[in-house]
Amino acid sequence: MRKRETVLDHLNIADKDYSSRLLVGTGKYKDFSETRAAVDASGAEIITVAIRRTNLGQNPDEPNLLDVLPSSQYTLLPNTAGCYTVEDAVRTLRLARELLDGHTLVKLEVLGDPKTLYPNMVETIKAAEILIKEGFQVMVYTSDDPIAAKQLEEIGCVAIMPLASLIGSGMGILNPWNLQIIIENASVPVIVDAGVGTASDAAIAMELGCDGVLMNTAIAAAQNPILMASAMKKAVEAGREAYLAGRMPKKLYSASPSSPVEGTIASSSAPASKDKSI
Amino acid sequence: MIQLIVNGQPRRFPVRNHGKAQDSDGRVLNITDLLEHMGLQGKRIAIERNGEIVPRSKFDQPMLADGDRLEIVVAVGGG
Repeated sequence: MRKRETVLDHLNIADKDYSSRLLVGTGKYKDFSETRAAVDASGAEIITVAIRRTNLGQNPDEPNLLDVLPSSQYTLLPNTAGCYTVEDAVRTLRLARELLDGHTLVKLEVLGDPKTLYPNMVETIKAAEILIKEGFQVMVYTSDDPIAAKQLEEIGCVAIMPLASLIGSGMGILNPWNLQIIIENASVPVIVDAGVGTASDAAIAMELGCDGVLMNTAIAAAQNPILMASAMKKAVEAGREAYLAGRMPKKLYSASPSSPVEGTIASSSAPASKDKSI
Repeated sequence: MIQLIVNGQPRRFPVRNHGKAQDSDGRVLNITDLLEHMGLQGKRIAIERNGEIVPRSKFDQPMLADGDRLEIVVAVGGG
């Protein structure tokens, strides 16, 4: 069982403290102003960005995401979304480091196929090794395989980010038992990345003991993204507090009323239980 | 004119020699000139040339040669 901190409950990643345990993506919004409003409503401090070829010769005055979400106000987490090979992922993050003035905290994902966007763990581990050797601090998207998760930690990843279900699926937490094993074995933060659909999913992830939740589509594809961002902020906080508080044990019987059993004005007592053990 | 592959597209660029000598490999254009030519000067971009990062400190060095493959990237919304 991992230690349940009750004082100064910060998320610590690569020796930096964050007060929000919700990390959000910046994709799929209708424009940058909605992106910014959703990010702010979520309270997230760490936000993911993608690295893409610039449009050549079109819209010279096109707004830039980095002007809307400046690195002075947020910790930007460049990702390797869309990369299917070690080489593409490593090149993408080298470009990101150059783009963001030497910034080394990154999100690595090496995908297996475009239909499921499931991670290719063999390639992911190889890419992580190269990046860590080059001085990157790697937060890594992984399958919910406890062995792969442990290997990623052992090679030096600063956060392990298992999927709850497929990217963009909104299916919620499909295998809480694997997540629990990953959490219990990990000594770096475990952040559920992908699959959260609504606020209760985020709360459940946090109640399991996850250190944080990373999401994009659950907010961006909601009917009202700003309101959902606010809901997710509360869900992550609620789930964290519930985890720290330690839930009551579940019990099917042996009901225990919350109000005193004595002193009611009822003229007759409760019917006797047929179960002798009560 | 020289031809460069920029973000996967072949493009031809005029050689403009701002009084800079042509080096022995025939490299005559630098990144700063290239960005200006494409209207990308002052933008938050990062550049890779033939698979290697080009640090901003080297943008003024004449280094581009015919056939070079360049990637010019920006940060966009993503999850």
